[in-house]
Amino acid sequence: MAANEFIIRQISVFSENRPGRLAAIAHALEEERVNIFAFSIAEASGFGVVRALVDQPDRAHARLTQDGFNVAFTDVIAVRMRDEPGGLYEVARLLGEAGINIEYSYAYSGPAGAVLILRVDRPEEAIAKIRGAGKELISSAAFT
Amino acid sequence: MSHWNPRFEEMPAAELDRLQYRLAKTLVYRLYAFSPFYHARMREAGVHPDDVRSLEDVRKLPFMYKADLRDNYPDRLFTVPHEELVRYHVSSGTTGKPTVVGYTQKDIELWTESLARALTSIGLSRGDVIQVSYGYGLFTGGLGLHYGAERIGATVLPTSVGNTERQIELMQDLGATAISCTPSYLLHIGEVAEKMGINLGRDTSLRTGILGAEPWSEEMRRHIQEWLGIRAYDIYGTSELSGPMFTECAEQHGIHIWRDLALIEVIDPETGESLQPGERGELVITMLQKEALPICRYRIGDLSSILADDCACGRAHPRIERITGRVDDMLIIRGINVFPSQIEHVLLGLPEVGEHFQIVVDRQGTLDDMLVRVEVRKEAFSDKIADLMAIQKRVADRLKSVLNVAVRVELVEPGSLPRFEGKSKRVIDRRVL
Repeated sequence: MAANEFIIRQISVFSENRPGRLAAIAHALEEERVNIFAFSIAEASGFGVVRALVDQPDRAHARLTQDGFNVAFTDVIAVRMRDEPGGLYEVARLLGEAGINIEYSYAYSGPAGAVLILRVDRPEEAIAKIRGAGKELISSAAFT
Repeated sequence: MSHWNPRFEEMPAAELDRLQYRLAKTLVYRLYAFSPFYHARMREAGVHPDDVRSLEDVRKLPFMYKADLRDNYPDRLFTVPHEELVRYHVSSGTTGKPTVVGYTQKDIELWTESLARALTSIGLSRGDVIQVSYGYGLFTGGLGLHYGAERIGATVLPTSVGNTERQIELMQDLGATAISCTPSYLLHIGEVAEKMGINLGRDTSLRTGILGAEPWSEEMRRHIQEWLGIRAYDIYGTSELSGPMFTECAEQHGIHIWRDLALIEVIDPETGESLQPGERGELVITMLQKEALPICRYRIGDLSSILADDCACGRAHPRIERITGRVDDMLIIRGINVFPSQIEHVLLGLPEVGEHFQIVVDRQGTLDDMLVRVEVRKEAFSDKIADLMAIQKRVADRLKSVLNVAVRVELVEPGSLPRFEGKSKRVIDRRVL
């Protein structure tokens, strides 16, 4: 399926909300020589979820599991945005009008442009809408 | 062989009544004559040995308390000369001074006899290899099981507690068929074995667990039996009784208390009134033949009930249900009695979280605040915060409905809560009262 090349495996890690937990995760990834492209932390009372796009998701998953972390893969998509006012609006409006719900999202903006990472309820449909509107999706191969 | 000592185990109820009455009568006369402590207590209560004219009259006798043993530290309750003693055990004093228990040759003999009957009743015999993973030494668990297992001709593997990986290696290499330890230590062994790539049910000869020294539940039994592929039996006893003494039989339905060795009652812990079979309360135990440290109407602090129905195994010796908590473990949260065993019970019914937990009690202003920390299971982990908060809420709701008191729940990483190799210490009470 053509759409699948745009579905990216994100690493999600359960973490208690206390000092040193992020350092433990980051240190493990460093030791495994895993590079992080994008990353976010969602927090609730007493715990959080660390989400990251990395170059070697299987390696990261294996190591963090071995270290006793609760780790899961989650499918996300990454859309290239115009890095100027209105860039985010374009993408968000597109999904909103299509009735696709964004469960969460985070973004990074660098010299190569701005990228929005999205977890949506219907990824295949989101991919079709975004591509239909002429927006660029980043393929999972670009991260490895 | 299903009975170690058919003469006593097959004795009809009426005959046991007569035997028990005779033994109780003898005990009371002996205490009145040789125990200055119990003599004084009987005088205070206005009871004379002649007042005991039936088995029911035992209820007229005054209680003994844990505090009596501590207050008479180390040996002022002993009723035999020191040269009659062949051993001491000392129980850890979690709430003050330790308790010293002395044993005559006959005390050791009857303790061993009790366990020989118990182990035989669950189907163990010569040919079994019994790994004793209770602590050896001052604690009664290790040596008690050791002597009981040797008595029935089984092979003892005296691993004691700790060095878990080595325990698992020996279990495999020497073909242990049974293990005796605390349920929480067996869970720990199971987890360590899993990390070593060993499935206890598949890769070892283990098929029986004799578990006790801390409260556990039916859910935990089911979990242990399914996960580890063994049959798990409850064992009961405390150092004051001699040590671990009584177990369930093969029926796995209540712990048989040998009537020629002990007389068991259940009372309301508040009023001291006797309760009927089926009613839960505090156990009161009289050791009918114990010599060095006599135990008469001892309020042991454990909560249980006497099962009302007859056991399918045919023994006319009464059974108590598994211990559901301690009178003194009871937490009072905003005026409501809460037992850690209730929390364990709830958690075992929730597949999203593990069975380990920690309770932190604090006081916010004038209100008690209870926090229960639980581990999220790998299978239940969701990347979505909303899903995790739903788990948190489900645990809190279930706890509230069972405990009748609102509880905060904190989700923690798997494996992060302390595992205990002895009695579980799961409650941190930070209240300054």
